[in-house]
Amino acid sequence: MEKNKIVYPYIPNSVPKIREQMLAKIGVEDVEVLYSAIPESLRIKNGLQLPEPLLSEYELKRHVEELLKKNISCDDYLSFLGGGCWQHYVPAVCDEIANRAEFLTAYGGETYSDLGKYQVIFEYASMLTELLEMDVVGVPTFDWLAAASTSLRMAARITDRSKVLVSQAISREKLLHMHNYCPPEVTSIETIAHNPKTGLLELADLKNKLTADVAAVYIENPGFLGTIETQAAEIAKLAHTNESLFIVGVNPISLGILAPPGSYGADIVCGEGQSLGVRMNGGGGLTGFIAVKDVDEHVGELPTLLISITEEEEGTGFGFVQARGERTSYAAREFAREFIGTTTGLWGLVNAVYLALMGPEGMREIGETILQKSHYAKKLLAAVPGLQIPFSAGHFNEFVVNFDQTGKKVSEINKSLLGYKIFGGYDLSKDYPQLGQSALYAVNETHSVQDIHRLSEALKEVAGWTKR
Amino acid sequence: MDKEVRLRNYHAHKWDEPLLMEMSCEGQRGILVPRAEAEIRQAIGDAESLVPAEMLRKEPPDLPQLAQPQILRHFLHLSQMTLGTDVNIDIGLGTCTMKYSPKINEYLARSPKLTELHPLQDVDTLQGILEIIYRTEEFIKEISGLDRVSFQPGSGSQAVFTAVSIVRAYHTARGEGEQRNEIITTMFSHPCNAATPATAGFEVITLMPEENGLPSIEALREAVSERTAAILITNPEDTGIYNAGIKAIVDLVHQAGGLCFYDQANANGVLGKVRALEAGFDMCHFNLHKTFSAPHGSLGPATGALAVTKELEKFLPLPLVVYDGHRYDLDYNRPHSIGKVKGFLGNPQLVLRTYAWIMSLGGAGLESVAETAVINNNYLDQQLMGIPGIVKPYHQGEIRLDQIRYSWQKLSEDTGVGTEDVERRMTDFGLQGYWTSHFPWIVDEPFTPEPTESYSKDDIDYWAAVMKQISKEAYADPEKVRQAPHRGPIGRIDETPMMDAARSAVTYRQYKKLKERAEAENNG
Repeated sequence: MEKNKIVYPYIPNSVPKIREQMLAKIGVEDVEVLYSAIPESLRIKNGLQLPEPLLSEYELKRHVEELLKKNISCDDYLSFLGGGCWQHYVPAVCDEIANRAEFLTAYGGETYSDLGKYQVIFEYASMLTELLEMDVVGVPTFDWLAAASTSLRMAARITDRSKVLVSQAISREKLLHMHNYCPPEVTSIETIAHNPKTGLLELADLKNKLTADVAAVYIENPGFLGTIETQAAEIAKLAHTNESLFIVGVNPISLGILAPPGSYGADIVCGEGQSLGVRMNGGGGLTGFIAVKDVDEHVGELPTLLISITEEEEGTGFGFVQARGERTSYAAREFAREFIGTTTGLWGLVNAVYLALMGPEGMREIGETILQKSHYAKKLLAAVPGLQIPFSAGHFNEFVVNFDQTGKKVSEINKSLLGYKIFGGYDLSKDYPQLGQSALYAVNETHSVQDIHRLSEALKEVAGWTKR
Repeated sequence: MDKEVRLRNYHAHKWDEPLLMEMSCEGQRGILVPRAEAEIRQAIGDAESLVPAEMLRKEPPDLPQLAQPQILRHFLHLSQMTLGTDVNIDIGLGTCTMKYSPKINEYLARSPKLTELHPLQDVDTLQGILEIIYRTEEFIKEISGLDRVSFQPGSGSQAVFTAVSIVRAYHTARGEGEQRNEIITTMFSHPCNAATPATAGFEVITLMPEENGLPSIEALREAVSERTAAILITNPEDTGIYNAGIKAIVDLVHQAGGLCFYDQANANGVLGKVRALEAGFDMCHFNLHKTFSAPHGSLGPATGALAVTKELEKFLPLPLVVYDGHRYDLDYNRPHSIGKVKGFLGNPQLVLRTYAWIMSLGGAGLESVAETAVINNNYLDQQLMGIPGIVKPYHQGEIRLDQIRYSWQKLSEDTGVGTEDVERRMTDFGLQGYWTSHFPWIVDEPFTPEPTESYSKDDIDYWAAVMKQISKEAYADPEKVRQAPHRGPIGRIDETPMMDAARSAVTYRQYKKLKERAEAENNG
């Protein structure tokens, strides 16, 4: 009893007297008896060597806040970073629902405990299908990386083929994920080049590589380098003629204004939901989705949980229950399609709230605003001496800026921009050496016209063409 | 003295909440969004002119159109029809380690200094969060006894998949990748220990429990060979029985050339008591959303912290946090890494909560967590074992740690009331339906409570009293239990059609089709 004199607020039974009562009820004198099954040789000697605890809540708060203060956030500086995580405006209602204790602390409860949670998941899936023009969406995946890799594996299972063709214009992280996650169902991942002038997919390269063993062609729209792929319908046709599936990755915030992938032939759609009302959280806001058409063998290859609507036996309410659970690894262990588990349920709920708030008009308007602001930024940056816009194709929220003529590296430019309290675009020079010294700039609805001018003025100075 | 337990005559919120898609009122707006300033519009023109014609959306998406108060009310109703851990005595979800997620940690995690970080910022502007990650890694190293930790995996299952990927990379690097294609696990380990190796292409061998509830060393001896890549094993398993022969298991697999992975998703009963190091494991993982108090978030976001030995460090996913004594950095220059398992930095907000939780408890506090969880479980066991209809399988006089898989088999034989009936009836007393078991059910009519350190003696008494009451009802009036819930968010529903693709509808689009089909059949 001696060693546990502290009464911990999170541990009600740490009160010595209660602990004694409970031990008495169990019929042992010391808690060590309960550990007697563990061989002495396996026990930790001398306890854990951890720092002295900060027992009061105040001290803890102060300590952690001191650490957090060492961060400089995108609220502190003006940010033009994107590349798979974006600083969009988060409506207050999204935060309100994300922070609801019932949702925040729910877990594996099912129909009779967590009916409300299941209904939100159903509504999440339903609204995404409308945005994507697809028919079925599973519960959220970890992120776009996981959603894309699973989409490729699904295609391999559906077509019984093992090779996939992937646009070169995807993030290096995603390609690394695919290479680790996709074998053994996918044994070969080949990239298709993009045209260095337009930024669009090189159709000749696709045609060359589209052999009889290709399970799927994967593109993103807009692509990782920002460009809107205008040949999407043609790519779909090429893939389908080859009896390959056409998979499209999207940033869903573009789809109030851009054509939904379901309208141009996508068989499987995946993407990143963080842009729909989830805070960046240093990347911890990522959440992926996978959508298919109502083709039974496609739905059957989704490894994720599915929540179906049904009706009360007696009464007026809607019921929501897990559907077709036999597909999942919870039921089938090693015979399942792929493993599943906890992913990003809370962010799926937030996506649902966001789409409900935005509605069709909100989604169209935000698409328009982003398009106009990012094009304005591109225009301003193109006019900065030494800066070039390498791709001629249209873009949505992101575009590539090349700095080769400034004689400076992007890393140097970005370091200098920090002096102006600006986070410059993501440095592409490591991932895409063929683009020289280039950066990916993301502009969205949160950038005011003044913000954009501030960036272009700062770039004029740091690019070294303006005498100060 | 023991207080008398007063059972609550609970009634769940039953809002009969309509579908958002059917609440739509044309023209209403939930939020207005910023528009481009006049200066921009003049310079750039219409947005539509900026999109190539073939890529313009033709039809607006059929999303609901609703004003803000109605949207908020809808989602609040649905939150009220969800029994999170904060609002109920969440003892039932065994193996999930439902514990209190301290509110101060939520407050800290909502700081814009965390939520408004972009993962690709210059590392000089991320020094606070990198320091937190680095320090938390030091803690997990001590708690596991292993040498390096990755917080990349976004869940326990993804951590196990990452471990399996490392197994594959390790044997491939030694030229034995083709040969070592079998991974061994046990039936009472989480299904992901079977599913993740299969996902990565391994053959899976599952050891079944013997009469004492544990896999036998003889069965393992039969299973290991030059094809063995690894064993993935939990201890204690779902039964709560500590396998004292764990070292022999590890040694046997090592002798055969395989690696040993310790699934510690739930380490709640053994924190500060035992760890991967002493038993000789090469890897282990902890679910930060279970043992380390981060909230479960309606199934995530989550983190499975993966700890490995020095020998396996080089295979860990990208990136790792490094510190040179002055500055924290992200190390991407790791040529042997398996690559990426999760975007960017994983879920740093989970690491922050873990850091704060460990800092609030220290080493002695973590031991108090484990001890209290084990005391709570054995205290609950004392009460449950007196309830008619409950059996404790594999019982040979041993002491269980933090959870126990029980069986209502006797109740089912005596009354026809099964574990899922009991589960539904629990809702009527304000409790989350308990966790039965993963499939297949090795234990008949199973249920698996886990009273973590967060529950008071009174909470446990209440939970046990509900079990006692339901048992009593089952013997006296079994129909009452079978027809439950009576006061839940919804009455009983028939789940069998949901196994059928043609009768389930997982989106509103499918639901509309289903209804149209039913109508056509009725008319025809």
